[in-house]
Amino acid sequence: MYVAAKGGEKAIAGAHRLLAEERRGDPAVSEIGTDQISEQLGRAVDRVMTEGALFDRKLAALAIKQAAGDLIEAIFLIRAYRTTLPRFGYSEPLKVSDMRARRRISATFKDVPGGQVLGPTFDYTHRLLDFALEAEGGARDHSVELHSAATGDALHDDPGPMDPMPRVLDQLASEGMIEDSEAPAGDVVSPVGDITREPTEFPADRDVRLQTLARGDEGFLLAMGYSTQRGYGRTHPFAGEIRMGEVTVEFMPEELGFPIEIGEITITECEMVNQFKGTATEKPKFTRGYGLGFGHVERKAISMALVDRSLRCRDLGEEAGAPAQDEEFVLSHSDNVQATGFVEHLKLPHYVDFQSELELVRRMRAEFDAAQEAKEEIAKPEAAE
Amino acid sequence: MTAVQSETPRAEADSGYNFAYLDEQTKRMIRRAILKAVAIPGYQVPFASREMPMPYGWGTGGVQVTAAVIGSDDVLKVIDQGSDDTTNAVSIRSFFVRTTGVETTEKTRDATLIQTRHRVPETPLSEDQILVYQVPIPEPLRFLEPRETETRRMHALEDYGLMHVKLYEDIAHHGHIATTYAYPVKVAGRYVMDPSPTPKFDNPKMNHSPALQLFGAGREKRIYAIPPHTEVVSLDFEDHPFEVQQWDNACALCGATDSFLDEVIMDDAGKRMFVCSDSDYCEERRAAGHVGEEGVPL
Amino acid sequence: MKTVFSESPLLQAEGIEKRFGRVHACNDVSLDLYPGEVLGIVGESGSGKTTLLNILSGRIEPEAGVVEYAVREGGMRDVHQMGAAERRMLMRTDWAFVHQNPRDGLRMNVSAGGNVGERLMAVGARHYGQIRDTAVDWLQKVEMEAGRIDDLPRTFSGGMQQRLQIARNLVTRPRLAFMDEPTGGLDVSVQARLLDLLRGLVGDLGLAAIVVTHDLAVARHLSHRLAVMRRGEVVETGLTDQVLDDPQHPYTQLLVSSILKA
Repeated sequence: MYVAAKGGEKAIAGAHRLLAEERRGDPAVSEIGTDQISEQLGRAVDRVMTEGALFDRKLAALAIKQAAGDLIEAIFLIRAYRTTLPRFGYSEPLKVSDMRARRRISATFKDVPGGQVLGPTFDYTHRLLDFALEAEGGARDHSVELHSAATGDALHDDPGPMDPMPRVLDQLASEGMIEDSEAPAGDVVSPVGDITREPTEFPADRDVRLQTLARGDEGFLLAMGYSTQRGYGRTHPFAGEIRMGEVTVEFMPEELGFPIEIGEITITECEMVNQFKGTATEKPKFTRGYGLGFGHVERKAISMALVDRSLRCRDLGEEAGAPAQDEEFVLSHSDNVQATGFVEHLKLPHYVDFQSELELVRRMRAEFDAAQEAKEEIAKPEAAE
Repeated sequence: MTAVQSETPRAEADSGYNFAYLDEQTKRMIRRAILKAVAIPGYQVPFASREMPMPYGWGTGGVQVTAAVIGSDDVLKVIDQGSDDTTNAVSIRSFFVRTTGVETTEKTRDATLIQTRHRVPETPLSEDQILVYQVPIPEPLRFLEPRETETRRMHALEDYGLMHVKLYEDIAHHGHIATTYAYPVKVAGRYVMDPSPTPKFDNPKMNHSPALQLFGAGREKRIYAIPPHTEVVSLDFEDHPFEVQQWDNACALCGATDSFLDEVIMDDAGKRMFVCSDSDYCEERRAAGHVGEEGVPL
Repeated sequence: MKTVFSESPLLQAEGIEKRFGRVHACNDVSLDLYPGEVLGIVGESGSGKTTLLNILSGRIEPEAGVVEYAVREGGMRDVHQMGAAERRMLMRTDWAFVHQNPRDGLRMNVSAGGNVGERLMAVGARHYGQIRDTAVDWLQKVEMEAGRIDDLPRTFSGGMQQRLQIARNLVTRPRLAFMDEPTGGLDVSVQARLLDLLRGLVGDLGLAAIVVTHDLAVARHLSHRLAVMRRGEVVETGLTDQVLDDPQHPYTQLLVSSILKA
């Protein structure tokens, strides 16, 4: 007698044991520590914090370890954990102008007050595999570099007081060359939305769009932003300013009535300057696109700023038709936790649905054959004549 | 000057890689594309662009063209935004020093091969020089028609009405042509070409230039060329002729009034000054005794 | 009939065949069009009339048959044997194509003036002022406000967009216009005004036209002659009044009576 496959529970337990084994790899190789991930795979940690929407390096490192380096899986773990956290309230808006910037560049002006600070960047490295890194302890000794910094070679490694770094776009704003970043005083400002508390409705406002983009998949936003550069909804972007560094987080407990500093986080911010040709009633001026993420996530911040600007086509009265200008399309498909869940759910059993389809296709094939036969029957006597 | 045969790496070049990084077969493939490009001025020749050790959009096309034409006796100059000391120029120059060991210079006059992003040097070029442009988007019709199949057909049929529609729209909305860089040109009376995102200020320098001008777009896999002494006309209307940018200021350092000026923000209060974008030109003028308002005699 | 128009045809189609899978879209279709003549092609949707229009205008290849056009330089040229460059030149000078949906025939991100001026610029007009004057002139000819010359097409109503498409097509004074349901999708009152305008323009310009429509009222209003199509075949041809008032073929009779009842 035939017995259908049972014992799912046992199979699952076995699969998880295999996964744990695979994650650990060869036991002869020493186990990776979450501190090592946090310190030496920092960009992976930053991406997981940004798209996981939770600033916690330790937890992000743990998630990466647990996910065996699968970053979307790690983001998923962080999002799921985030759900369990009690919420105390909203922080005060970050004062990004007061950032202790470790990197700050502007592509629009050769020099700007506060200077161009390259900081830690892959830019201008030649992408040649450095085989010295392969050998254990073969990497250049970091303390040597600190030493040379102390001799004054690398000015911006100096932790002493920094030159003030006014925002580049404020310079354009002071001339009225660029749109305001804030609503004019006296305007009724609707409260900022919260996509973790309210479902997104279309058309969405910019606050909701930016929140969605901030959590959005880096690869998706990269492709969307790239498409605008290649002519599918061109926005004439210039990287007005990109800055990365530490900012203070302030929180106002209701019982105190004034904000207190609760800590410091690392963020990357991109302010894009885009052309806008004006209308019959409005002077030509530059417009803005904005990107922000936790840690050092420059690619993400730039992509986000491009897509933010594209999605503003409706507000700016631009002809829309490109994929990156389609708010519903972009916002509905940017979240990789949602996307991976649904794409991968195709692995789940669909026996029942498929059985129904199977039956239908069999029936239709039979009907088709019957119809063909009937036609041939009718055609026969004619052919004989 | 430019050797197109295989080169033996010099002692100072990194011996782990072939001369100029690319293998000889790849260089030959690129040279064939360059020859075709020279034979059909302004026509975009597809080529099998390689992955290079710098990111797409950062000059991979220009780097591949330079790698294909550079010889051990070349003198290389690399500029970005007109200047030799901008980060990307420094990076690309050091790449070629490392992989070829050739002599480099910051002086336009001394260079046999100049790779540039966004500028044509102010100092006139000569017949002994090659100017290699880095090109992000080679297709001048791209922002009017995103599809490659259609733009190639438009080039083939010389169907360029749309290009003038763009200029018409500029005048209708702004009273003048509002394209300031990547200003489209017609080469040798046939192909409409994107001069790369150089300011339109530089377009006249491309016309009948004695130097060979090569354009490389790595990500988009295209090479095109303007052979020496070729007509390059900026598109315009009879009653709205092409004009180049002009400044109310002279260079604050060298006092030049005929060069492209960069705006530099000096302080938080919005104080700014204008200086030559071409750092070699500025330097040369200052060495010759010219002093601008904010400059000091050298 | 032929005495009304010039002796030699402007466009001549012979034995046109086209199938899509098992559907016979055009079955041995032949027709002539004389300079200044308007030919209506009527039939239900799926009768093959739009396919025929696309074959006549060189937009799709027939499987068999020949379409010839009398070029300005003289002589009949096989439309499907021409080079792509020559056919494109014809499309932007001597021919017009009016789509049912104006979005298909307009550049939606280009102003009204730019839309009208494009053909002029494509054939070498390089004087901004003159291009603009011509555009203003044509906007007025299609009864649009000259003051809206710099507005984008999407700011216009459907009827206005259709007028703009017509102006954009006629600015090079073509000799032949292909029209695919030119008033389809418009309100009845808007349709009527557009039909009057079209009839006036065709008369003033001496334009020949092939108008595909399922609407017999449109056909009656615009065309001198009618061809009735059914399942890829032309079942009846003749002067418009003759075909509509005294239909010979049973299908035409059905078509005319169903319209009258409705």
